[in-house]
Amino acid sequence: MESTPLNRDLLLEKAQSLITSLESAESSDQDLEAVIDEINNLRDNSLFKELGKMTREIHDSIMNFRMDSRISDLASVDIPDAKDRLEYVITMTEKAANTAMGVIEEGSPVAEKLGGQASELKAQWEKFRRREMTPDELRAMGHDVEGFFDESEQMMSKLLAGFTEILMAQDFQDLTGQIIRQVINLVNEIETNLVELIKIQGETLAREETEDKKEETKLEGPQVPGKESSDDVMKGQDDVDDLLASLGF
Amino acid sequence: MKILIVDDFSTMRRIIKNLLRDLGFNNTEEADDGNTGLPKLQSGNFDFLVTDWNMPGMTGIDLLRAVRADDKLKELPVLMVTAEAKKEQIVMAAQEGVNGYIVKPFTAQTLKEKIDKIFERIEG
Repeated sequence: MESTPLNRDLLLEKAQSLITSLESAESSDQDLEAVIDEINNLRDNSLFKELGKMTREIHDSIMNFRMDSRISDLASVDIPDAKDRLEYVITMTEKAANTAMGVIEEGSPVAEKLGGQASELKAQWEKFRRREMTPDELRAMGHDVEGFFDESEQMMSKLLAGFTEILMAQDFQDLTGQIIRQVINLVNEIETNLVELIKIQGETLAREETEDKKEETKLEGPQVPGKESSDDVMKGQDDVDDLLASLGF
Repeated sequence: MKILIVDDFSTMRRIIKNLLRDLGFNNTEEADDGNTGLPKLQSGNFDFLVTDWNMPGMTGIDLLRAVRADDKLKELPVLMVTAEAKKEQIVMAAQEGVNGYIVKPFTAQTLKEKIDKIFERIEG
């Protein structure tokens, strides 16, 4: 910051007049004090001017900062939006965790049951190998074996379907990852603006214009339920299929 | 059938890879964006491309454009699997010559249907 220069000519004049007064036997103490006060005023004036100038610069900077519409957008749109998106992240991760645990809870008894049946059949089979089995018991074992084969087939396809379900539930990592990246970008932007604010507070600087970097078509990322429900956003695969069909697909 | 899966999230690549395996496609390779995917396509004799849209580096739409502009690759069927659901984006992908478009989150059934449809169309 440039300080307002003291008026040197005026100061010299006052200094000379002070010396004259000091050398003169006629001047009273009051006369001397008057000259010293004048010199003091001269200095205070330039200090006040300086202070006034500084105040104006700070005021202008703060006004400019407030005028930057991006800041008010951040506070009124982006931050609430980010909060909703993060809520959606919680919902998705919770859903994925519940899906996986649900499949496991359903599948574990199935696996246990099959294991139990296998152990039972193994015991019967060993009895048969020891030739300790009656013809009736043998018939019963044949029946049990058939039942076991049928049930194994059914249960295995149920378990495999469960595995696919667990696999699909992992898609939350991609979608929540994209959302969290968007929020990280927002936090970075807020950080930049805060740094700017601190700079203004510390010293007034010529601010660089922050330019709006708008992409031609901004990628929106995953759709968050209850957000951006305008007509130009597809709500699901069916909408996408309809749109593509209308384009001749 | 050799398939390239391009997505920046490794979990999504793994999901798609496993779903494709369930559908009987065992020969898959992966890339994390267009910049790594395109050279693989150019040197690898791939029969099918599954790509995300929003990726750092080269995006899926740019990869699609590069594929369509390449004499050797221009006939390659391309399925887009992406979270981008804006109308103008789907229209853009269609104009750039995409063969199918799936929005995330999607189901195993949807993937099967779209792949079947793409091959029916090509063979038909």
